[in-house]
Amino acid sequence: MPFVPESVSPLDQAGLDRLADQARDAAARAANLEDLGRLRRQWTGDSSALAAANRAIKELPGPDRAQAGKNMGAVKQAVFAAFDHRRQVLEETAAEAQLSRETVDVTEPTERLAPGARHPLELTQERIADVFTAMGWTIAEGPELEAEWFNFDALNFGPDHPARQMQDTFFVDPPGSGLVMRTHTSPVQARVLLSQGVPCYVAVPGKVFRTDELDATHTPVFHQVEGLAVDRGLTMGDLRGTLDRFADAMFGQGVRTRLRPSFFPFTEPSAEMDLLCFACRGVDPACRTCGGSGWIEWGGCGMVDPNVLVACGVDPTEYQGFAFGMGIERTLMFRNGVKDMHDMVEGDIRFSLRHGVEI
Amino acid sequence: MLIPLPWLAEFTPLGGRDGQQVAAALVSVGLEEEAVYGSGVTGPLVAGQVVEVAPEAQKNGKTINWCQVDVGSEHGGVRGIVCGADNFTAGDKVVVALPGAVLPGPFPISARKTYGHVSDGMICSARELGLGEDHDGIIVLARIGQDPAVGADLIPLLHLDEQTVEINVTPDRGYCFSIRGVAREFSHATGEAFTDPALVLTPPATASGFAVELDDAAPIHGRPGCDRFVARVVRGCDAFRPSPDWLRRRLTQAGMRPIALAVDVTNYVMLELGQPLHAYDLHGVAEPIVVRRALAGERLVTLDDVDRALDPEDLLITDSPGGRPASRVLGLAGVMGGASSEITESTRDLLIEAAHFDPVTVARTSRRHKLGSEAARRFERGADPELPPKAVQRVIDLLVEYGGGAADLDVTDAGFVRPQPAISFDPGYPARLVGVDYSPARVRQVLEEIGCQVDDAAEPGSPAGAAFQRGALGDGPDRSGALGADGRADWAEGPGAAAGAGAWSVTPPSWRPDLTRAVDLVEEVARIDGYAKIPSQVASAPAGGGLTKAQRLRRSVARSLADFGLVEVLSYPFVGEGVFDALGYPPEDGRRQAVRLANPLDAAAPLLRTAILQTLLGVARRNAARGLTDAGLFEIGLVTEAPPIQLRAPMLRTDARPSNEELAAVVQAVPDQPRHAAGLLMGYRVRPGVWGPGRGADWADAVQAVKVAGQTAGVSLTASQDQVAPFHPGRCARLMAGEAPIGHAGELHPAVVREFGLPAGAVGFEIDLDRLIELAPDIVAARTVSPQPLAKEDLAFVVPRSLPAAELVAAVRTGAGSLVEDAFVFDVYQGDQIPADKKSIAVALRLRAADHTLSPEEIAAARAGAIKQAARLGATLRT
Repeated sequence: MPFVPESVSPLDQAGLDRLADQARDAAARAANLEDLGRLRRQWTGDSSALAAANRAIKELPGPDRAQAGKNMGAVKQAVFAAFDHRRQVLEETAAEAQLSRETVDVTEPTERLAPGARHPLELTQERIADVFTAMGWTIAEGPELEAEWFNFDALNFGPDHPARQMQDTFFVDPPGSGLVMRTHTSPVQARVLLSQGVPCYVAVPGKVFRTDELDATHTPVFHQVEGLAVDRGLTMGDLRGTLDRFADAMFGQGVRTRLRPSFFPFTEPSAEMDLLCFACRGVDPACRTCGGSGWIEWGGCGMVDPNVLVACGVDPTEYQGFAFGMGIERTLMFRNGVKDMHDMVEGDIRFSLRHGVEI
Repeated sequence: MLIPLPWLAEFTPLGGRDGQQVAAALVSVGLEEEAVYGSGVTGPLVAGQVVEVAPEAQKNGKTINWCQVDVGSEHGGVRGIVCGADNFTAGDKVVVALPGAVLPGPFPISARKTYGHVSDGMICSARELGLGEDHDGIIVLARIGQDPAVGADLIPLLHLDEQTVEINVTPDRGYCFSIRGVAREFSHATGEAFTDPALVLTPPATASGFAVELDDAAPIHGRPGCDRFVARVVRGCDAFRPSPDWLRRRLTQAGMRPIALAVDVTNYVMLELGQPLHAYDLHGVAEPIVVRRALAGERLVTLDDVDRALDPEDLLITDSPGGRPASRVLGLAGVMGGASSEITESTRDLLIEAAHFDPVTVARTSRRHKLGSEAARRFERGADPELPPKAVQRVIDLLVEYGGGAADLDVTDAGFVRPQPAISFDPGYPARLVGVDYSPARVRQVLEEIGCQVDDAAEPGSPAGAAFQRGALGDGPDRSGALGADGRADWAEGPGAAAGAGAWSVTPPSWRPDLTRAVDLVEEVARIDGYAKIPSQVASAPAGGGLTKAQRLRRSVARSLADFGLVEVLSYPFVGEGVFDALGYPPEDGRRQAVRLANPLDAAAPLLRTAILQTLLGVARRNAARGLTDAGLFEIGLVTEAPPIQLRAPMLRTDARPSNEELAAVVQAVPDQPRHAAGLLMGYRVRPGVWGPGRGADWADAVQAVKVAGQTAGVSLTASQDQVAPFHPGRCARLMAGEAPIGHAGELHPAVVREFGLPAGAVGFEIDLDRLIELAPDIVAARTVSPQPLAKEDLAFVVPRSLPAAELVAAVRTGAGSLVEDAFVFDVYQGDQIPADKKSIAVALRLRAADHTLSPEEIAAARAGAIKQAARLGATLRT
């Protein structure tokens, strides 16, 4: 049976108050927004007692109308406020319920797309390039299949130089082609000096090739960074300082270095740069990392041999400079603890993924 | 080079240093440490006296001796020891390793049960102690002239406490292939005294010695193959007897096998002085010996029993049997002897040869015949030409002392050694190049210490410093302020004067043929004064511009491919022809033309890759084989394009800059090596999981990867249909930047996928990254962003089935005019609703003006234009 509220006169203040109380109770009892809408129509719609009372105003004699209008205004405001308030409460409840229903388990897997990564050897080379560009140097490249003249002759390896045999070179067929797989990144030195002249501050990261079988510490294809600085007044002190800065940047401040006399055809004086053993700090005679000597070899360096400058058209009485070559694989082995060369060359994606896009 | 420390100590005091400390001292002057070896024997190793020997026959037919041996009360008195040898009797003193000792192997000694007894130690043979290869039983101390007290420590007595240092000698330091050279360097490193073992008195050459002729018709680089040949005769010497123990021990420690007196002595003197020697049976050699180049067709059986065809460049030692001069080949000079004139058991008279051969000649012969020898190693690095008579004298002295006989008085000394040229040397040069302000006095001291003769140009009695000041600064008294209070120069002044007035004249010692230029002397000064003194200062380069555009873009492309989900890998660039077939290249495919290596590591992979996919597929196979079947890989690297005609890269001069034309010829002969980027995706692109089913990588992922690379470089790429190996003929896109082909992407041909064991449907791409980067804009011009509202129009067309979607989109763009902000395909449909030869393509058109809200008329006009343009392709608007 439809609910029919009693009819009330707009001048019956007590009746109106009762009506407002009943409407407020109805609004508060509404269980949901749909229910609320229906009740609102019941209590405030055209057929409601409230509407009837409102309509009755115009039937009243003039002096009573103002009082009746005032009474009705207050009642209507109270009723509408009650329904508005209830709607707001019900809407908030509904929204909360919705969010609650939408709750997920955030510990479930999220890896819809597999991650990518850069290769640590490439990242290391880029990092090295950044160290040198920060010092004002430029980065150069050259071909991997190279003319023998650039790889050897221009660098003071004469045809009978014993060092030319020392390097296990891949030669290009047919013999006598004058082409080799470059055995170091040093031919780029000659190319840069010949094409750009002096002063020259250039670092050359890249691939090099020697006929070594792959094992835990050797690979026929590996990476080097070559450095060359030729200017007025450069000394071995500048060489040492530059390499110290480089070592700091790669291995952390305060890494200890030493220069030790050595031999390379394209430098004179020549040196090896050693780093104090990371494993034993130079104190364990049985250390397997450094073989007990306390030092590990990082790379070769020296003052550019005047013969190289002459072959490249630079006057050695006016300009002098230094050069160095460091192994990237060795750097990565020392710096990041790579144990086996196979990991670096086999292309197993797990090796690269470990490092992501920073090294 | 192995350096037994007691041998080294004969010529320089070691000052109590052990092997590690000696090695460290040698490292500081440039002799790299390889290893330090001991004897491998650690105690207790004591003298024992055999008290009783009880032979016991065993079931296996052997007889063992159950011995009671007194090893001294401090070691427990008499012990029972089982011994298999029987070359001793009760009363003999023997070498006993007690439990706790370790013999080489390592072989630890403990008391153990054997042949029914507990053997409480071991009686040792020379072989077990690493002292030699003798097989004649255990050591009886009396037979080696020793009579120690019972219980005495035998480690020092048997020289088992001696260490050997192994060093690596760089190619410029041939003189360090000798104890003499290393002792001299040790003295430089430590300041200890040095006694030159080559200071032996030698008799003068005579005219009537064994006849030797040096007849080099074809010197290399104008240097005679042999410029000195010393020969002397020893008669009545028992040359084949075993050498004394001390000599055998030295050779063993130095890594050479003792053989017989004459051979051992020549080896010993070679190791000590660095002069290779040869001992001939005098009666196996017919006068005169002639040193000449080989004739075409000549052959020689060398001591290693190899029959070798000789090259006209090979330098030979020959003799003249039957009066036919130079008719018989005795050996390859400085490399290896022949079998014919070897010392034998019956040899009593010997001819001892010590010569000086041209390094290049020896190096080439050694290389040509792949014949390394101790002699060749020394000659090719430059031997001391003053040594031959001294080395021969040392050999003779030792032969006569240990083998008896006497030397003839005659001495053959043929040839003429050019004196070492003096070097003009500016004494300020070391400071200028090294950055340490060496005083002239110090420079002189170092040069004299290494054996140079220094003549300065100063007036007699003038201090070296003054001469140095004039010579080095050279342009007036006002510059003399550069000299500090202590007389040292301040070389921060910059480059000094070239060597000239005031320069010293420095003559290097005969054993340093590597010192030919002033800069070589600088290294000596720096090295001997110590590299540790070189300061550390950073050269300041001119302000730089950072990476080049190509370098930056390469990094960005690599990073964007990684962000796209691909993992960067590296592969060796070596391939075999088989890979071209595996990738399905047609016979005429240009990528089959590859540069070939003359000496590949793997005979099955002698070519250089012409595309990265050729080697990247192998990496994908390895990953798949390891269970990593859902993976994306990429590699950026060089490929080598074989030129149609391989040019020969000429060898240019090095004594001055070659001309630009000459350099261009070299550069042109180097094949092009463009940098490519290639990638592969296999298995799932979107993984299946709690979120639902996955999605396998497909052709579109490969195309998108290339487009991502293009976007990164700022180059817009368009795809078109193509058919290229190794791709699926119906799922291969060619990517173009305008008219420039950049590369291909798509699904791999199923046969390729099968061949490499990859998951079905694997996809890939390969692009010419260099070309992409060349096309990248230097600066991307900005475009104003319009805040006006966007108008969205969707157009569904029915088009011929063969029409590429990209063409329809292009037509829509063109037809809709300048208001188009974007146009893209959002649906493609084929099926019952439309004719079989048609398909439906829905294109989303997005329109916007820069400065106003579009009117309905403008939108309608754009739409109509698009439809009209599409109609030209046979497209009708679907209704």
